Amino acid sequence: MTGSRAAATPRRRFLTGGAAAGAGALLAACTSNTTSSSNSAAQTKAVSNNDKPGKPVTIGFSAPQADHGWIAAISKNAAAQAKQYSDVTFQPVAATNDVATQISSIKTLITKGVDAIVVLPFDGKALTPAGLQAMNAGIPVINLDRVFDTPRAYRTWIGGNNYGMGLAAGEYIGNTLKQQGKTSPVIAEVAGIDNLQLTQDRSRGFRDALSAFGYTVSIRQAAQFTVESGQNVMSNILQAKSHIDAVWNHDDDQGIGVLAAINQAHRSEFFMVGGAGSANMMRMIKADNTVVKCTVTYPPTMASSAISLARLISQGKGMADLTEREVPTFIMLNSATVTKANVDKYLPLGFES
Amino acid sequence: MTERTDDAPAAQGLGRRPAREGLQAPAAGRLGLRLPASVAGRLWELRSLSLVGVLVLLAIAGVVTSGGNFLSVSNVLNILVSSSIIGVVTVGMTFVIIGGGIDLSVGGLVALASVWATTLSSQQYGAWAMVVCALLVGMGAGLVNGLLIAYGRLVPFIVTLAMMVASRGLAEAMSGKKTQLVTVQSINNIATTNVFGIPLLVIIFAAVVLVGWIVLNRTTFGRRTFAVGGNTEAARLAGIDVRRHTALLYVLSGLCCGIAAIMIISLTTTGSSTHGDLYELDAIAAVIIGGTLLTGGKGTLVGSILGALVFTTVTNIFVLNNLASEVQNIAKGLIIVAAVLLQRRGTT
Repeated sequence: MTGSRAAATPRRRFLTGGAAAGAGALLAACTSNTTSSSNSAAQTKAVSNNDKPGKPVTIGFSAPQADHGWIAAISKNAAAQAKQYSDVTFQPVAATNDVATQISSIKTLITKGVDAIVVLPFDGKALTPAGLQAMNAGIPVINLDRVFDTPRAYRTWIGGNNYGMGLAAGEYIGNTLKQQGKTSPVIAEVAGIDNLQLTQDRSRGFRDALSAFGYTVSIRQAAQFTVESGQNVMSNILQAKSHIDAVWNHDDDQGIGVLAAINQAHRSEFFMVGGAGSANMMRMIKADNTVVKCTVTYPPTMASSAISLARLISQGKGMADLTEREVPTFIMLNSATVTKANVDKYLPLGFES
Repeated sequence: MTERTDDAPAAQGLGRRPAREGLQAPAAGRLGLRLPASVAGRLWELRSLSLVGVLVLLAIAGVVTSGGNFLSVSNVLNILVSSSIIGVVTVGMTFVIIGGGIDLSVGGLVALASVWATTLSSQQYGAWAMVVCALLVGMGAGLVNGLLIAYGRLVPFIVTLAMMVASRGLAEAMSGKKTQLVTVQSINNIATTNVFGIPLLVIIFAAVVLVGWIVLNRTTFGRRTFAVGGNTEAARLAGIDVRRHTALLYVLSGLCCGIAAIMIISLTTTGSSTHGDLYELDAIAAVIIGGTLLTGGKGTLVGSILGALVFTTVTNIFVLNNLASEVQNIAKGLIIVAAVLLQRRGTT
C-alpha cells in the first residue's frame, strides 16, 4: 500500500479532485426545492362591512418553529391573511421551539406596543405568564390552539377540537360500517405520539363515537407523527389482523407512511379515515382510487381567522353576523368530515405536508 | 454462525501476509496474543449462539401469544423488511465500533440523504440520480466525520454528535420541514418488488450484510479494522496508516446511511428530516447486544444483525398482541440487559 501511495501522481490527484468537484456540483444542483407554481395560502373572503379599512393596527405574531406541515401552514396562513387587510401591519417574531425565547420575543412585542398579539405557544402552560403580561399591558392576546392555563391570559382563544376530531372519525366509520351491516367489525387505530394530551383526546372521542354504534377499537398502536413510524406501525398492524374493516389514522403526514405500508402489503379490503386534513389526502379522497375515503380536519386556517379576530378586537368591532358587539372569548372550531362528496369545498384549505 | 472472529486478528493477518502488510518484526511482539485464537473464536461463537437463543425465546413467545400469525411467511418477511433499514445502518456501525470509534450521526445522515435525494430538483433527474445523490451525501458527510476525527484528532463522540445535530438541521432547512413526496415511481417500486417471493429490500439488506461480512472477515481492510480498534499504537507500528483507515471507516458508515436512505425513501415513498429518528441508539444497541466491544477491537457482524433482528421482533410481537408503547419500551430495556447477561453466562 505504501508503494502505491507514493506513486500517487499529479494526474491521479487531479482525477480524484475532479471527481470530488464533479460530485459536489451534482449534489449542489440537487438542493433546490422550489416549484414554479406556488400554493396560495387559505384566506377568508370579504363578507361584511367589517372588512372595510378601519383604524390602522399592528398585529404581533409568534408561533413555534415548523416541525411538520401543519405548523408550517399556520405561519403561512397568518402572514397571508394579514396581507389581505390594508389597515393591518403584520409583525411576526422569529419562530422558536424554545419556551424562554418565545417568552422574550412576546415581551419584545409588548415593548414595541403592538395593538394585538396572536400567539400559538410552544407550550401553553409555560407561556401563560407571557400572555398575562401582555394582557396586563392592555394588549389583547389571541391565543391560538394550545391553550393558556388561565382565561386571564387571553382575550380570545381560537383552536381546534381534538376530541371532536376523534368523534367525527368514529361517527363516519360507525355510520359506514352500520350501512355495510357489520356487527363485529375489525377497527384499527394508528394514533400519534401517545403521551400528548391531544392524542389521548382524539382517541377518547373515537372510542366514544364508536361505542354509540356498539363497536370497539380492535387494535390501537401509537406512531410518532412521522412518515417512517406510520409505515412501521401499520406494517405490523396488517400482520396482526388478516382482515380489517376500517382504519383511523390520527395524522395525514404520518398517513403517507401508513398508506405506503398498506400498498406494500397489497391490502385493500378496508377503508381508511385520515386526520388533520392535508391537501395530499384530500386529493386522494377526490381521486377515489385508494383506501382513503375520508379525513377529519384540524384546520390550520385557524391562523387566518386568528389574525382577523385580532384585527376586529383591536379595532373594537364585533363579528358581523352575531348580535354581540364584541368578539367572543372562546372559539372552538368544528372538525369537518371531508369525503368525496364535499372535498372540493375543503381542498383549498388543505395544507401541503 | 460460521463467522470466524479471532482474538487480536491483526497478529493473525501478520502471520498470513507479512509482505503485503509490510509489518516489521518488533511490531509483531507488541501485538502478542492473549489467548489461543481457536479458544477465543469459540467463545465469540457462543456469544452469537446465545443471541440466537434470545431470538428463539422471542419466537416461542410470539407463537404462544399470537398463534400461527407470528410464524406466517408474510409476518417473517415483514419482520425482515422492518429490520432491513436499521440493519444496513448497523453494518456500518459495526465497522466503526470495531475500529474503536462511534458514529452518532447515522440517524441524521439517513434523514439528510433522504431529503437531499428527494428534493424536486433531484427527482427531476430520475431514479439513478436520486440513488447516486443519497450515496454521495452519505459518503461525503462520513468523509467529513472521518477527516475531523482522523486528521483533526477530535474525539469521535463529539464530531459525530455535532454531525448528528448539523445534518438533521440541514435536512430541515432543505425540506422546509415538510415531508417530500416521491413521484419517481421506480424508486417507490423498490419496496413493492419481490424477487422469488422475497422483498427486494430484504435482498438489499442481505447483500449489504454479505459484502460487509466478507470485507470484515476475509480482507486486509477487515483485519486492519480489528487491529486499529484493538490497539491503535500497535497497528501504527505494524505499518497500518491508522488515520487513513479511520477516515475510511466513517466513509463506510456514511455509505451505509446512504443505502439506508434510499431504502427508507422507497418504503415510506417520502424523504423527510424526521426519517432515521434515534437510529444511532438502535444501531449502537444492536451492535452491543450483538457482542461487539464498545472499546473496539472485537466483534462480529452476525451478532450485530441478530441484535437488530431481536429489536424488530420485539416490536412485531407487541403490535401483534396490541400492547401499548410504554410496555414495549420497558420490555426492550429488559431485553437489552437480559441479552447481555446471557452473553456473559455464555462466555464465563
